[in-house]
Amino acid sequence: MISANLSAIFYLISGVLFILALRGLSSPETSRQGNFFGIVGMIIAISVTFLAVGNFSTGLLYVFVFLLVGGSIGAFIAYKIPMTAMPELVAGFHSLVGLAAVFVAISAFINPGAFNLGSPGNIKLASLIEMSIGAAVGAITFSGSVIAFLKLQGIMSGSPITFKGQHILNAIILISIFVLTYYLCATQSSNLFWILIAVSFLIGFLLIIPIGGADMPVVISMLNSYSGWAAAGIGFTLENTALIITGALVGSSGAILSYIMCKGMNRSFFNVILGGFGATEQSKSNQNKEQKPVKSGNADDAAFLMKNASSVIIVPGYGMAVAQAQHALREMVDALKKLDVKVSYAIHPVAGRMPGHMNVLLAEANVPYDEVFELDEINNDFANADVAYVIGANDVTNPVAKTDPQSPIYGMPVLDVEKCKSVLFVKRSLSAGYAGIDNDLFYRDNTLMLFADAKKMTEEIIKSL
Amino acid sequence: MEIDPFIFRLSIFILSIFVGYYVVWSVTPSLHTPLMSVTNAISSVIIVGAIIAALANSDGEVFSNSSLFGFLAITLAAINIFGGFLVTQRMLAMYKKKKKDK
Repeated sequence: MISANLSAIFYLISGVLFILALRGLSSPETSRQGNFFGIVGMIIAISVTFLAVGNFSTGLLYVFVFLLVGGSIGAFIAYKIPMTAMPELVAGFHSLVGLAAVFVAISAFINPGAFNLGSPGNIKLASLIEMSIGAAVGAITFSGSVIAFLKLQGIMSGSPITFKGQHILNAIILISIFVLTYYLCATQSSNLFWILIAVSFLIGFLLIIPIGGADMPVVISMLNSYSGWAAAGIGFTLENTALIITGALVGSSGAILSYIMCKGMNRSFFNVILGGFGATEQSKSNQNKEQKPVKSGNADDAAFLMKNASSVIIVPGYGMAVAQAQHALREMVDALKKLDVKVSYAIHPVAGRMPGHMNVLLAEANVPYDEVFELDEINNDFANADVAYVIGANDVTNPVAKTDPQSPIYGMPVLDVEKCKSVLFVKRSLSAGYAGIDNDLFYRDNTLMLFADAKKMTEEIIKSL
Repeated sequence: MEIDPFIFRLSIFILSIFVGYYVVWSVTPSLHTPLMSVTNAISSVIIVGAIIAALANSDGEVFSNSSLFGFLAITLAAINIFGGFLVTQRMLAMYKKKKKDK
């Protein structure tokens, strides 16, 4: 058994190690070391807790058993999961953090003595508030993440589910959470505690169902943030610095990512949260669909264009992930490089279903990260490039965002693909993207549409090269 | 008058938010997915609360209402800790620089 002061210092050390873990991610070279710091921080936090509790009874044995069971499940998932499924995995993991926060809050409520918070029915007021916040935010994180997971997995439709009075209902429920917390503190009634948790589960569910598939990057980042605040709430209850520091770090990290994602779509955070994006515009664009001439080509044309180019920029999007075309794409680029064509990759901030999704997929396909560029870094290069190869991206290349103030995506930062001498657009059909609007790029003179599955088309191009 | 320890924890919390703010802005966008998975792993440090809850019974009884929730939380957090760190490691191992073979 170690003293409370000593264990507090160790918790502080593990909090600092967690900061270093995030700090390491500022560049790929230092990132692996950062991850190692994170692991060390976790080991310190867990070991210190064992020593601080100092209860080496049979219970400890069970703790190890459960730790091992959970750990092996986690390790198994981590090794098996394909990189394309990363958004689902992260959503799933968020839900677990949320649920764990709820469970810890519940056991603190049932047995406050174990945490030095008073006795059942007579819990310290501050602790009760903190534990209610932890439980409520945890529950919202859990049910919200479950919905996000189902939507990402395709088990649930990605289209927004809206109904009349939705916002009013949500507002009422949110207010009721505050009212319940107030009465819980006044009465210490365990029934109110259970209702609070149930209502929080409900609101998490209701908050995420109206948000469409294209907004998933924002949702995932937002839930990431919530899981942090839930941890921080529990950290206050347990008076544990490691948890408070970590919760704050994760909370602000998720908030920043949500901000970056919203900016990448030129949408306000509230606009995303209120949901229903894409539902109204869809009908409009279907009405005025006139037949405009489109140039389409085959793999040979594409191969010819790229072979004779001096520089090619690849624009990957979610479609590439769906078609699992990243490996074929890398092979195509290798073939081009042998022909002395300069190739780089341009990634839009909201390409894919979560922040940085495309980068991971390209890294998986052994694409060196110094060939991959962000929007700001590469956007001026399109004017000097010969060919843009758009694979699985759509809305993020739409020039309408720059020209038509009527368009729902007006003002969104887009890749200036149309400035290239020629654009190769791999797509299965002329259908609209997630924003539900027609892409002007399809009808440009310098665009050649390649109607096929992204992977098949890329493989055919390799053959023709 | 003495300052409530809560104020100290609040100070740590607020300052950590600022630390997080600046540290996360310095994360390169290409590593945003590993950032999410690693924040996932570290937020599972909530396991310390789960361990305390699970070991709360001193009178020899292993499973009670409150410790049961602790054990469940341990399992969930452990999935996250192992899964989060390992999958981050797996991703980070894939980020390679251009080979200078030419």
